[in-house]
Amino acid sequence: MTRLLEVSDLKKHFPIKAGFFGGTTGYVYAVDGVSFGIDKGETLSLVGESGCGKSTVGKAILRLFDITAGQVVLDGKRIDDMPAGSLRPLRRRVQVVFQDPFSSLNPRMKVKDILAEPIRNFGLAKDSKELDERVAKLMDTVRLPRDAVNRWPHEFSGGQRQRIGIARALAAEPDLIVCDEAVSALDVSVKAQIVNLLQDLQAELGLALLFISHDLAIVEHMTHRVAVMYLGKIVEVAPKRSLFAAPKHPYTQALLSAVPVPEPGASRQRIILKGDVPSPINPPKGCRFHTRCPYAFDRCRVEEPKLAQPSTAGAGHVAACHLHSLPEAENPLAAAVGELVVPA
Amino acid sequence: MALPGPRSGQPLLEVENLQTHFRTKDGVNRAVDGVSFHVNAGETVAIVGESGCGKSVTSMSILRLIPEPPGKIAGAIRFQGKDLLKLSDREMRQIRGNEISMIFQEPMTSLNPVLTVGRQIGETLRLHQGLSAREAEQKAIEMLTLVGIPEPARRVREYPHQLSGGMRQRVMIAIALACNPKLLIADEPTTALDVTIQAQILELMRDLKHRVGAAIVLITHDLGVVAEVAERVIVMYAGRKVEEAEVGPLFRTPRHPYTQGLLGSMPKLGSSLHGEETRLAEIPGLVPSLKAKIPGCVFATRCPHTTDLCRQVAPALEEKAPGHVAACHYALKEEALAA
Ligand SMILES: Nc1ncnc2c1ncn2[C@@H]1O[C@H](COP(=O)(O)OP(=O)(O)OP(=O)(O)O)[C@@H](O)[C@H]1O
Ligand SMILES: Nc1ncnc2c1ncn2[C@@H]1O[C@H](COP(=O)(O)OP(=O)(O)O)[C@@H](O)[C@H]1O
Ligand code: SF4
Ligand code: SF4
Ligand SMILES: [Mg+2]
Ligand SMILES: [Mg+2]
Repeated sequence: MTRLLEVSDLKKHFPIKAGFFGGTTGYVYAVDGVSFGIDKGETLSLVGESGCGKSTVGKAILRLFDITAGQVVLDGKRIDDMPAGSLRPLRRRVQVVFQDPFSSLNPRMKVKDILAEPIRNFGLAKDSKELDERVAKLMDTVRLPRDAVNRWPHEFSGGQRQRIGIARALAAEPDLIVCDEAVSALDVSVKAQIVNLLQDLQAELGLALLFISHDLAIVEHMTHRVAVMYLGKIVEVAPKRSLFAAPKHPYTQALLSAVPVPEPGASRQRIILKGDVPSPINPPKGCRFHTRCPYAFDRCRVEEPKLAQPSTAGAGHVAACHLHSLPEAENPLAAAVGELVVPA
Repeated sequence: MALPGPRSGQPLLEVENLQTHFRTKDGVNRAVDGVSFHVNAGETVAIVGESGCGKSVTSMSILRLIPEPPGKIAGAIRFQGKDLLKLSDREMRQIRGNEISMIFQEPMTSLNPVLTVGRQIGETLRLHQGLSAREAEQKAIEMLTLVGIPEPARRVREYPHQLSGGMRQRVMIAIALACNPKLLIADEPTTALDVTIQAQILELMRDLKHRVGAAIVLITHDLGVVAEVAERVIVMYAGRKVEEAEVGPLFRTPRHPYTQGLLGSMPKLGSSLHGEETRLAEIPGLVPSLKAKIPGCVFATRCPHTTDLCRQVAPALEEKAPGHVAACHYALKEEALAA
């Protein structure tokens, strides 16, 4: 496997202004030191509750704003400090599909023009004949009828618009697509269609995906690896099976155990977290999860845990939790906890 | 039509042949088209289906919150034997928020932003039970405690924007339960919430059900939520009820191809842990427009088993097993399954 993307110690702090002309009174620590990598052709999923910084990570990779600190490296080239003028090749290689298929397509452009725009922008067709061919092939790729290119976005259903959004992303021939809640707004039956499409495309085209989602069942179905975020930090990263069979961070455990499963009467171990996620303006000291963690002890309140591979975890599985520095006999997370996921 | 009867005596709520239609520029939208069901006292019944299938219109019809015109409600909605469709607006207001109450998906839009939480809980109590301002605030604090809001004496004087999404939904539940309703209609009460907060709210609803004893109509598109809280399930598709059963049989042996499709298209947590990874089942195509009369089965355009009969003749709801009805020509009956 070759690394496509490497993100190191990424930070994005949004200033809070007092009034329109006022000074900065504080910061939203939306993303506060996040590192991960994505291989060519790999799907990495970012999961976590609303406001934990998932979309902000995605936007940083897309260079939709300047980051506060850290590095983003695409195919060996640093892209976070690239001047705006030289961003064009990056814009082609990293594309995005958003959650809302209704607002992400220009209502005044026909499908044909929506798909032709990136092809023209990046000079991917030598003449108008090739342009038309490419547009037609994109329609095939996302399983839409070719004659639909002459219709307007509002004439399509949500799932069809999401297919157009995917076709537009593919038009640029990217290496990486950021899917920010790309299937979340869709109904179950349509969601399955789009999930299958994304998986097929990834296999056919060797795409890498950064799959941002709060739906853990979909993530498990789609992904190769998972990174779990909490309050601007990554708290656990693992290959899919490893994470779903035996999560090594208390937050991941709670997240998995909270997902309702379609099996009436299933008795599962349940961890109900107390309270809400604290504000990212004033995150807790030490371990950011300590205000809700059922295992928190003194050290957690003062010292921030670092991502490390627990002795009980397999290769590529890291978690940021002090429990893993305790002797195994005293570590409640040491054992496999598959019944959090699957009813016993 | 063979419908599962109430278990004992008269049901709390009986909806009979409900038809809620909307007049639009390009035809009549048959949002709900002949739906019948009942809810027993203290029971939790879920209504599931994809967006646009008529779940919310059904619940709004029960409370008569459908604007008429352009809407028009027909059929009968009997609550404790009284047909709500025959009541005056005044009589209906007496029932709403008192004997039947409702919680919605988006608590921010249903809470009043300029009134304190305490005022909003107290309002219902003062209106329906004639409590004084002091008594109402005291009761509001009790209700906030009941729904698990920390520091209720402080929170009671706060405004909705000062609360998190999960706390706002708890406040909505407090308002809904303030008058000890016999029936609570919850329309996607956890859809806007994160899973960890959803787990808190579902736990709260289960706990309150035991303590308060209200019947619940839970409207959701999430089959996982249904499996966790419902006793009986109604599956809607294109404005019709296509299947109804107790929760166990519905998930174990779904009879209608639509229900089977829904269950198959849903990835299940833990899917990567046992064996082969499979593709998700797809239900091809789209929900049909509700503006055209559909002569045969409403699901015929997407069903994998469609025949000419399906396209020509609408299947009636039929009891396939005790208490388990489905509207499909080919859904097997219990005897046929056993044979
Ligand atoms: N640039 C922006 N300008 C204005 N509003 C925005 C902007 N970005 C996000 N919002 C709004 O802020 C709210 C939260 O957005 P955010 O992207 O954090 O959602 P989220 O937490 O990712 O939710 P979900 O997990 O459901 O995607 C939404 O109501 C959204 O419409
Ligand atoms: N432009 C902005 N200005 C100030 N705060 C922001 C801005 N964008 C996002 N935030 C805040 O940053 C945090 C993380 O946001 P986001 O990355 O969108 O979360 P999510 O993981 O839910 O997508 C949230 O608290 C959000 O309100
Ligand atoms: S470091 Fe402490 S508070 Fe943080 S997750 Fe581990 S046990 Fe919980
Ligand atoms: S009646 Fe026919 S089309 Fe309708 S659900 Fe049954 S098999 Fe499918
Ligand atoms: Mg987001
Ligand atoms: Mg609805």
